[in-house]
Amino acid sequence: MPEPHIILENVHKSFGSKHVLKGVNVGVGKGRSLVVIGGSGSGKSVTLKCILGLLHPERGSIRVGGQEVIGLEGSALDQMMGRFGMVFQGAALFDSLSVWRNVAFGLIQGRKMKPSEARAIAIDKLAEVGLGAELADISPAELSGGMRKRVGLARAIAPEPEIIFFDEPTTGLDPIMGDVINNLIVDSVKRLGATTITITHDMASARKIGDDIAMIYKGKIVWCGPADEIDQSNNAYVDQFIHGREEGPIEIEL
Amino acid sequence: MHRYEGTTTNGIKRQRLPVTFLATIGSFIFSMFAEVGRVSIFARDAVIRGLLPPWYFRQLLEQIIRIGYNSLPVVGLTAFFTGGALALQIYIGGTRYNAENLVSSIVALGITRELGPVMAGLMVTGRVAAAIAAELGTMRVTEQIDALTTLSTNPFKYLVGPRILAAVITMPILVGIADIIGIFGGFVVGTSSLGFNYAAYIKNTTDFVQVADVTSGLIKAAVFGFIIALMGCYHGFNSKGGAQGVGKATTNAVVSGSILILAANYALTSLLFSE
Repeated sequence: MPEPHIILENVHKSFGSKHVLKGVNVGVGKGRSLVVIGGSGSGKSVTLKCILGLLHPERGSIRVGGQEVIGLEGSALDQMMGRFGMVFQGAALFDSLSVWRNVAFGLIQGRKMKPSEARAIAIDKLAEVGLGAELADISPAELSGGMRKRVGLARAIAPEPEIIFFDEPTTGLDPIMGDVINNLIVDSVKRLGATTITITHDMASARKIGDDIAMIYKGKIVWCGPADEIDQSNNAYVDQFIHGREEGPIEIEL
Repeated sequence: MHRYEGTTTNGIKRQRLPVTFLATIGSFIFSMFAEVGRVSIFARDAVIRGLLPPWYFRQLLEQIIRIGYNSLPVVGLTAFFTGGALALQIYIGGTRYNAENLVSSIVALGITRELGPVMAGLMVTGRVAAAIAAELGTMRVTEQIDALTTLSTNPFKYLVGPRILAAVITMPILVGIADIIGIFGGFVVGTSSLGFNYAAYIKNTTDFVQVADVTSGLIKAAVFGFIIALMGCYHGFNSKGGAQGVGKATTNAVVSGSILILAANYALTSLLFSE
């Protein structure tokens, strides 16, 4: 059986005395979409940042396409980053650059493409996420929350990466705009054939985007399986989370 | 029972206050050394990663305009009024010893060696270090710095390098201009209020000031530029905790930048003017 495209084995990460990841084990196959669900503070974002090389785990292994990510630095890290695209929770658009320069950033800085060529691609990508060329020259500060998420998605898919990460893609959006973003993610990912990892606590989003779902609780994966089997998981943690019940094994820190 | 005596759970008396006091001092010293270490590592990374190629010329040009050109009005006004006030003070002090004719030369010396670079350094710290810390701090808390990394762009090269290089390039130019304006401020006050002759004032100034007086100020300016940008970048880069964290980073950048400039000024003065 081939090794999954992305695999995390026994990943540990602490901040001072706070042990956030306590041995995360999870994998995602090539071209598959894994959604990691879990409550606030369960370790979802830290897991994602460890894969991206933004945080350095103390123990464990993270391999992407068979290559170890932990410990990568300099040009090796830049090369690995070239395979990734990332959509941040708040979009993380660069305020000092226009919309098209945000979308084309990875092409101009990462791939050294000429700005005129990159602009044409950026406008195509904006069209793919349902935004017109008239928005290309305005500042990100003039965009609504939904538009910012779309520009963030366009920026992530512009270099056509083989792996895309989504951090809470629908947080802060109304349910209709959330569904629009979910559909755009599914369409874009299908078109690229990319492997994706999404972290969210929005179950509607998880069901729509995910081929597989993993649940993280207190820094460990407590359940992982196909998205369409989550309602029959027979896992007390999953049942409590997906039904949004206060009673159950998940302790709520008030 | 003395004020500093405490009682443990098993009833044994012990002196608590002196121990707590020493522990506080020890903790402060440890955290100070740790901070110095963190700043040193950041400075090393900034120089090695930020100043080596590839260079981002567009970013560098943008920062030269922001740090240098946009600081001209505040530095110019500060230098003008400092030069004027210095002329008045030297005149008032000089009359006690019949040394009024030294006004022009001491104004020139004071401005080029000390007040030009120090006043410009402090004013630019207030304007630029605060702006850099606020900008990078906001980028940090809104994940824009993480976004740079995921787009195969090293934040040290893209954000820190151009700011440090721009500050090191523009500060000597700013201080050179501040020297001219400061001396002009002394000239205006000297000739209009203190009754000095135009030609004699200029001749005294040019005869007395040596090239080394000006270059020492420009060397100081380049070092101050490095300190200003480094403090702005360091505190902005390491800011956390939302708006409050950005505010704290801005304050820390200005306070630490100002203190380091004054300390570096003393060190450079003793180095450059030691016999």
